[in-house]
Amino acid sequence: MKAVCWEGREKINVETVPDPTLLNPRDAIVRVTSTAICGSDLHLYDGFIPTMQAGDILGHEFMGVVEEVGRGLTDLQKGDRVIVPFPIACGRCFFCTHDLYSCCDNSNPNAWMAEKFYGYSAAGLFGYSHMLGGYAGGQAEYVRVPFADVGPFKIPEHLTDEQVLFLTDIFPTGFMAAENCNIQHGDTVAVWGCGPVGQFAIRSAFLLGAGRVIAIDTVPERVMMANQGGAETLDSMDPDVFFKLRYMTGGIGPDSCIDAVGMEAHGPHLDYVYDKIKTMTMLATDRVSALRKAIHSCRKGGTVSVPGVYGGLLDKLPFGAAMNKGLTIKTGQTHVHKYLPRLLRYIESRAIDPSFVVTHRVSLEEAPRMYRTFRDKKEGCIKVVMKPH
Amino acid sequence: MAFAATNYVERVNVGRVERWLSMAAGGALAAYALKRREKPGGAAAIAGAALLYRGATGHCDLYQVLGINRSDARRNGGYGTGVIADRGSDTRAQLGGGRGIHVEESVTINRPLSELYRFWRNFENLPKFMNHLDSVAVREEGISHWVAKGPAGMQVEWDARIINEVENKVIGWQSLEGSMISTAGSVNFDEDLHGTRVSVHLQYNPPGGKLGAAVAKLFGEEPNQTIREELRRFKQLMEAGEIPTTTGQPSGRR
Repeated sequence: MKAVCWEGREKINVETVPDPTLLNPRDAIVRVTSTAICGSDLHLYDGFIPTMQAGDILGHEFMGVVEEVGRGLTDLQKGDRVIVPFPIACGRCFFCTHDLYSCCDNSNPNAWMAEKFYGYSAAGLFGYSHMLGGYAGGQAEYVRVPFADVGPFKIPEHLTDEQVLFLTDIFPTGFMAAENCNIQHGDTVAVWGCGPVGQFAIRSAFLLGAGRVIAIDTVPERVMMANQGGAETLDSMDPDVFFKLRYMTGGIGPDSCIDAVGMEAHGPHLDYVYDKIKTMTMLATDRVSALRKAIHSCRKGGTVSVPGVYGGLLDKLPFGAAMNKGLTIKTGQTHVHKYLPRLLRYIESRAIDPSFVVTHRVSLEEAPRMYRTFRDKKEGCIKVVMKPH
Repeated sequence: MAFAATNYVERVNVGRVERWLSMAAGGALAAYALKRREKPGGAAAIAGAALLYRGATGHCDLYQVLGINRSDARRNGGYGTGVIADRGSDTRAQLGGGRGIHVEESVTINRPLSELYRFWRNFENLPKFMNHLDSVAVREEGISHWVAKGPAGMQVEWDARIINEVENKVIGWQSLEGSMISTAGSVNFDEDLHGTRVSVHLQYNPPGGKLGAAVAKLFGEEPNQTIREELRRFKQLMEAGEIPTTTGQPSGRR
């Protein structure tokens, strides 16, 4: 089959590789009908995530049709049309049974590696480094799905791929980011980053009762899309974002702030240059300017919610501000499974149509070019969907 | 807590402090023996091994012959025959101290305690998640034959017997006298808020020479990590019903 393989920093190839096979009783094989490039895939592309190996198959946003099921599965059948959550969860450990699916205890075969970095290992993920499982991803014609009685979520036929594909990651990720804000009716939520997760965070904040969302980005088409989602917007390259937020909120500050940017932030201030130099010289692993601003701008007693991906050690994090203002900080890989029934209802009731975010529809072969285009934010690229079949 | 006397297989007749002293002296003798390779060294090795065994198991053959029992259980009024039965003689404590490879690890498993206990109590299940073991065969009640993978295809074998067993609480085992190696282990099961806590204590005392090197490497360079991985596989097997893997999946590696 054809698969999108990581070969090194900024090097992506489409390779012919063997088809996946069932390896465990609870495995299924899914024929991929649609798969997307995630903003977090760009962290792999840029070489920010450790423990990648040349030849790793990428992709954790994918859906398709069940092709084969292991003998341990009863409900899932060949021909079922499913979306597959990006965290792999056993469904039976303490964490899964407490809806903390992305913290599954049993799905990472390389848990020891993650333990060296993080103390304890979270769930294995599709196509996202060996430390996080080393599983082959779904930017391929076929994919092996472990614990397929827990992950794959059946989709009604009348919904299109593009309406439901983002249930795999970015819609629940944006939704959990907003839910983590503990939004009270009429609250003001500031969102850094208007990439796909930011877009879903904006819309989810409104679904959860926010009165106002202020979105911060500098890429015109992304800012426009945020506007279309009902957000007021600020330019992230404007050095006065803090003052403008303060003014817009009557001197109080936003009730909650979402960092939907993560480890490769850009910014107008000297701290961005500082981060850039430190990460380039391997003295830090993550660039932190969005998170710094979110903490700095948040009102006293407010919540900073971090769906943006961070990998390692963050420098010059203003924890004093967080402590003295009594902030709540919430973060985590998304517990996708937990949100699926609710978010599918939103889609079916037309409260949201997630396909709004798609800007590029291409074949699998175009992956190398699209990674670059998406990373460089060229051609108005916000979300790329690939069709392997 | 109810105890069924039939569960206790082996007798303890050495007091607690004395056992610690035995372990320490045995360790020192064994160390001495490893340094000196001529005959006095060999004798010291044998004496050291005997003391280590005595310390680890709390059982002394000489005491048995002489009819002496200085175990704490006995002194405390005990349980008649001086078998390991009281909470104070938990196998974890018995294995305290000593030389060789010495590992303590615990894992919490979201399954009923009795199910985990039953699975472990059938030692033949252990190689399903303990990669360092080739096989365990139960020979007769309380006695089992263990085959482990040494480095370079070398097999290390020994017979073990259950020296302590309290149903749904603890299983302790110990290699028989005259085995290739001296090894002891225990596993404790405790109810926990998050499931069942399984705590393992393993000890291997490598003999000298080539075999010693093989035994020393049974658990690799980081024995704690190796045991931790085995317990993780136990948890995966019991909770998820399978051990996650990526071996055999496709990649673009050339």
